[in-house]
Order: sequence, then structure tokens, then C-alpha cells
Amino acid sequence: MSHLAKDTSVVKDTFEAAQSASHSLLEIKHLSKSFTGVQALNNVSLCIQPGEIRALLGENGAGKSTLIKVLTGVYPRDSGEVFLDGRLINASDSGHAQRLGISTVYQEVNLIPTMSVMENLTLQHQEKTFGLISWKKAEIRARALLAQVGLDIDPLRQLDTYSIAIQQLVAIARALSTQAKMLILDEPTASLDSDEIKQLFDLMTRLKSEGLGIIFVTHFLDQVYRITDSITVLRNGECVGTFKTAELTRSELVSHMVGKSLEDLTPTAHDHSIKRERTELLQLNNVGKQRYLQPLDLSIAAGEIVGVAGLLGSGRTELCELAYGSVKADQGEVILGKHSLTNLSLRRAIQVGMGYCPEDRKLDGIVAELSVRENMILALQASRGWWSPISMAEQQQLVEDMIQRLAIKTPDMDKPIGQLSGGNQQKVILARWLITHPALLILDEPTRGIDIGAHHDIIQIINELCEQGMGLLVASSELEELVMFAHRVVVMKDHQKISELHGNEVSEQAILRTIAS
Amino acid sequence: MKKNKFLHKHQKTLAPLVSLVLIILVTASITPGFLSIQMVDGHLFGSLLDILHRATPTALVALGMAVVIGTRGIDLSVGAVIAISGAVTAVLTVNTDFPVWLVILCALGTGVLCGVWNGVLVSVFNIQPIVATLILMVAGRGIAQMITEGQIVTFHSDVLDAIGNGYFLAFPIRVWIAIGMIVLTLVVMRKTALGLFIEAVGANVRASRLVGIEARLLVLSAYVFSGFCAAMSGIILAADIRGADANNAGLWLELDAILAVVLAGASLAGGRIYLLLTIVGVLIIQTLTTAILTSGLPAQYNLVVKATIILAVLLIQSPKTRQWLSGFFQKKQTSVKGNTKP
Repeated sequence: MSHLAKDTSVVKDTFEAAQSASHSLLEIKHLSKSFTGVQALNNVSLCIQPGEIRALLGENGAGKSTLIKVLTGVYPRDSGEVFLDGRLINASDSGHAQRLGISTVYQEVNLIPTMSVMENLTLQHQEKTFGLISWKKAEIRARALLAQVGLDIDPLRQLDTYSIAIQQLVAIARALSTQAKMLILDEPTASLDSDEIKQLFDLMTRLKSEGLGIIFVTHFLDQVYRITDSITVLRNGECVGTFKTAELTRSELVSHMVGKSLEDLTPTAHDHSIKRERTELLQLNNVGKQRYLQPLDLSIAAGEIVGVAGLLGSGRTELCELAYGSVKADQGEVILGKHSLTNLSLRRAIQVGMGYCPEDRKLDGIVAELSVRENMILALQASRGWWSPISMAEQQQLVEDMIQRLAIKTPDMDKPIGQLSGGNQQKVILARWLITHPALLILDEPTRGIDIGAHHDIIQIINELCEQGMGLLVASSELEELVMFAHRVVVMKDHQKISELHGNEVSEQAILRTIAS
Repeated sequence: MKKNKFLHKHQKTLAPLVSLVLIILVTASITPGFLSIQMVDGHLFGSLLDILHRATPTALVALGMAVVIGTRGIDLSVGAVIAISGAVTAVLTVNTDFPVWLVILCALGTGVLCGVWNGVLVSVFNIQPIVATLILMVAGRGIAQMITEGQIVTFHSDVLDAIGNGYFLAFPIRVWIAIGMIVLTLVVMRKTALGLFIEAVGANVRASRLVGIEARLLVLSAYVFSGFCAAMSGIILAADIRGADANNAGLWLELDAILAVVLAGASLAGGRIYLLLTIVGVLIIQTLTTAILTSGLPAQYNLVVKATIILAVLLIQSPKTRQWLSGFFQKKQTSVKGNTKP
């Protein structure tokens, strides 16, 4: 599809030379950080030169944000050293890091929307006359900072009257206000349109020519090839490697990110055809939503597992949400069995056989302070309505059965679910839907952040459900697991369905190729 | 060991109960005769009965408040609703020949209307509960004053007298009313799934939506219930003094009600609520008030003493204190073990 970007004009000297580090701007040596038993960063080292734009890539949980937070002192590090301009630094918080010369701009703009642009820009350092704030000087300074990022806007207007793109640039202006040497941009383009991205990239190019080092975190590969000089890939907290952008092909990059190389993979492994007769269960006809998901078609039969693959931010979750109806599509129709779900409430959709385990278990799944029992019966009770309560005896029967069947480890069913491990929480959420006997179950990242034992159990449950004739739509970033159980795999990229792999075509290799194409 | 487990499991439940008992015992030791109860003419009398009698309006308001707080809301307007319903009761009794039951129904209806107003602002217009109910908190007393035309309207009605100060089966009628309301609320909240849904919505509205619980109607009905409870309380308070005082009826009662819910262990961030413990919380507050009045302490000390004791109760219940205490005890235990081992 796309060319390899050869236009990245400034390609730095070899990395071997850079590793010697005598003139590198930022040098990170053997950085490690763990959270209660989870190794979030393991011995990560990297060097960045002045005037270099470095892409920091990796799937969810690879350690990108931990690296940034450790670097800027938001988290204390367990071990390792950070040098800026050859000086050992030890930032105690992000303000300190900024004074040292490392500024960060986060995806969610961390400015104060209800204050003026000027107030936001001068928040950390006020211009004073005789000890009192001088708004005149502040305005002059604000204008100078805005000019630095190429913005000509009224600094006295309230920040949230401007677009997200402008706010993003204002955030960068503020980040640069403290003589930054290193600028970290954490997914700055996620909510920008293409013109706005160009504006941002122009700025990045200019800053780079002024000798600033930039770390650019993103999940848009096109942008990586457009703007960056080099790429560092993290996976499971470890540094997979650092590469020159111009010398790394897309398929190599994707392989590094997901931890599989194309050569290692056998083309096919399993028999992916369904044995039973095909009865259509779920149909998406041209379902889409503006600025959310490009219209797509999809059908799932009873007893079929359809996988959804794609990199982070490719539209996996968006597809699940539209299919379930928790986000309403603005075009197309979702049909489950004989029912059109377009105008149905979620409660009705559940009554006719829908079920959905969301990706973010903590935010969208569990009700932390309620008990395992209450969490488990919530969907069934909601579909019956508050006036027809499930009797305590029936509840206990249902919950006890599920605890047995899914091997949920909990001392008793009245323990608050928030106190269970991630894997057991996930099983409870799965059980929540199983007791509603859904015809179709949508699972978004069912195995994220859970231990290996529970991981194995959940895959087994998925297979069992399929054999019993349930239809499943499973989105996952783990190709290995998708290939194990999916009859078909939908590949997503840039919020579009770009391909659908059937039967024998389903293999990790084929999915990787499609994503990288 | 077993006993420890029991204590651990019911720590949260026990704390308010223990506080109540302690406060009663301490008061009894200061004020002689505090615990004595006498039967006069088939009616029970005594300080404890007085506490129950006085606690009823707050208890009713606190019931509604608990439900609202469960949805992650708050209802600041209950004091004003008390004034409105009291005013309606008084004015209708004096100015019309409505039968008493119709007067009471109208007063309750005004409470429900007030609740609908609050609920619509919160659940339809998504105004923050504290702001939405602040509107009626301010406007409500004005409305009550308009109804009574700025006067304290006094009235006479046998039925209302009975509600205010009558007795039935040795207990004040209003205590029976409160008990009936508590039981009814418990049944509706715990024997249907309403309580579960309200707590789920309050604790995690996103997850609740995804399992098909419609938060909007639930939240609306919580405010309606709160308005209804406040109206009941308003009728009782008006009946008690045989008049409607738009300026002072139920003044600051919302704060006592919120305090009672919090004393029971609920969080203003929504989720789990404890209806019976909320009533215990009301009793703690009322006992303190009565105890201070009967102890002979100069009146100007009342508020400060009350606030100090409530602060102490809240500190005892705070998870931080408990953590600190259990950490302290564990250290002690392990150090004892460490000594015995070698």
C-alpha cells in the first residue's frame, strides 16, 4: 500500500556510534520499574541525539507510558540512570523534570480549559512587577510563546473556545516555555484531523532543526514513517530494539511490536471451518459512525467465532461497541436473529440475546464495591427489571454454579469484586453474561492483564461456548490466541475493516501481513 | 480467632452501633435518670423516648437522603421541602374545608413535585446534584413564605395533633409512622432489585449502562422519594407545633440527614448505602443534641460540643484510622511472636 518514507532527510549517524553517548542529548541506561510483582519496565536503555525525532512504539501494556512517567519522575524508578546532556539527572516530579529540561505533552491536554490561554501559559511562572502579577508582561510573554509554535491567536480568550488541535499546540508552547531540551509527545495526534496533524508536524520539524530532541508516542504507523528519524519498540516492558525509520520495513516493525517474526510462523495451523450448518446470527449491514468507524459489513453464524485483529487504535473496540449498541451507529443496521437492534435499548438488546464484556474491566465492567454475587447477577436482573427480583436462593444457585464451572477463586460470593485478582474479575464478568444465556457474546480483550492460568481457562470457556452454538465476536491484540480459536478474522486498520480472513487463510502470518500492508 | 473474624467482617456495621451505645452510656453517667423510662397513662415517657420522638423528622429525611446519596447525588433542598409541605398543610387546613386526608395528600404531593423538579434537573439536564438541589433549597423557603403570606399560620386539627404528639400502643404515633416508612423502604430496596440498581448506578454508572440499567429513571425516582420523605417530615413538624413556620421549619435538617448517612458508612461518591445504620446515625445525632441540652451545659457550647463528638465518631470510622490501628496491633502481635520464637 504505502511507500517507505525515504524523505526523512536527517538520518543520524549509526546507532552504534550513538550508543557511545558522548554527545547524545538524552541517555537512559538500564531503567527498570515494577508494580507489585509486575515488571513494567525491564532494563530499558536508549539514546537520543539533539535534533532527533524518535518514535516510541508498542502495544498496550508494553511500557511506553511507564517509561515516560519514570523518565519525568512521576513514578520513582527501581534502578537505572538517566543522563541529559551528559549530566546525571533524577527528576522527582514532572515539574522538576521540566525545570531540568524534559517537557511532556499528554494525549489529554493537561491544561485548564476554563482559564485563558495566557493564564495557562504563565501558570507555572508568573511575570511580576513589585511582587505582584503583571498581566501586561504575562501577555507579552504568552504571545512570544505562541509565536514560537506558530500560533497567532488571542491569548486572552478562554482556552476551551479553541479547537483541540490549538489546545494541543498551546500545551506544547507551555512545554517549551521552560527552555526544554527534550520534548515528549504522548499520542498528540489521537484527536486531530489531517490538517491539524500537518500543522503539528511542521512544528515538530522546526523544533527538530533547532536541536530539540523529541520522543513521539503514537500508534499511527503512517505518521511514524512521515515524521520520525528512528524507532524504539517496547514489548512487555523490554526494549525490543532501536531502528532507523528509513531502514525498517512496515512488516518488520509490526513483527517487532507483536513479538512474532513472519519467518517464524507457520502459514496455517488449525482447521478453521465450522462443521455445523450455517445459521446467521448477527448481521452488520453497512454499520458505521462518523469520526468513529468506517461503515462495514459483518456476519456471524451460530457456533462461529469471529476474531477482530488490528493494532492499538485500529478500531477493534469501536467495532465491538457499535455491534453491541452501547455506541449507536449513525448509519447501517445491526440485526440479531430476527430483531433489528437499531432502535432497541441495551436492555432490550440483552433480552433478545446480546452480551458484551468490555475492554476496560475496571471502568466499564466491574462495580468494584458490590459483591461477586451482585456483580454476577447484574445483567440478568437488569433484563428482568427491578420489580421481579431473582430470589436469593436462585441467585446463590446461579452464582455457586458459575464459581464452580469457571473455577473462580473467591473465599465467598459476598466478597467485594474489587478485591479479586484481574483474572477472577474477568471470569465473574464472563459469568455475568453466561447466566443471561446470550445468543451472541462480544468479548473485547477477554484475556488482557490476567495471569496465565486464568488466560488458559478463558480460552477454553470460549471454545466450549462456541461448541454449544453461541456466536462470539472476540477482539484481541494477541494474534496467537485469535488464531487458536477464530473461524474467521476481521482485520482492522485506521478505523476501517481492511480485510476478512476465512478458514485456511487464518494464520498469524497472514494477519500480520494484512496489518502491515 | 473466630470472634476476630466476626469482628473483622462486621467492623463497618459495628462502629456506628458502638458509638451510639457509648454516647448513651456516657450521657447516662453524667445525667442521672437518663435511662429511666416510666409508664404514665399507658404512654411511655423518658429521655430515651424523647430522643425517638424528636428523631423522627430527621429519620424520615435521612431515609430519602440515603437513597439519593446511593445514586451519587445529594439533596440539599429537603429542609425547604419541609417548609413547603408544612405551609401547604397549615394553609389548606385553615383556609379550606378539605378533609384531613386530602390535606395530607396535597402536602405529600407537593413534596413529590419538588422531587420531580430536582430529579429532572439532575437526570435530564445533567446539572450537578449539589447545584440542582441548591436552587430549590433557596427558592423553597421563598415558596413556603409565599404560601403562608409571610405569616406563621397556626391551625387546629385533631388528626394532625395526633400525628404530631399522639400515642399508639405506648409509643408516639410519629415513631410508628417512621418505623412503617423504614420497613417499607427496606422492603422496596432490598426485596426488589431497586436497591441493587441504585447502588450499581451510584458506584459505576458506565458499567451499569452496559448491562442495561437505565440510570435516568432510577436517579429521578430517588429524588422523588427524597421529596416525599421530606414532605412527610414537614407534616409531622407542622403538626408538632400546630403551625407552619416557613422560615424555621426543618432549618439545616439536610445537614443532619447527610451526616447520618455518612455516619452509617456510606460514601458521598455513591454506591453502598446502609438504611438501618443511617437510622442509627440519626439516633446518634439526636442523642447528642438531647444529651447536651439535658446535661446543663451552657447553651452556647451545644454546637461546638456536638460537632466535636461527631468528628470523633467519623475519625474512628475512617479507613485510615482503622488501617493505622490494625497496623499498630499487627506490629504488636508480630513483635510478641518474634519474641517467643527463639
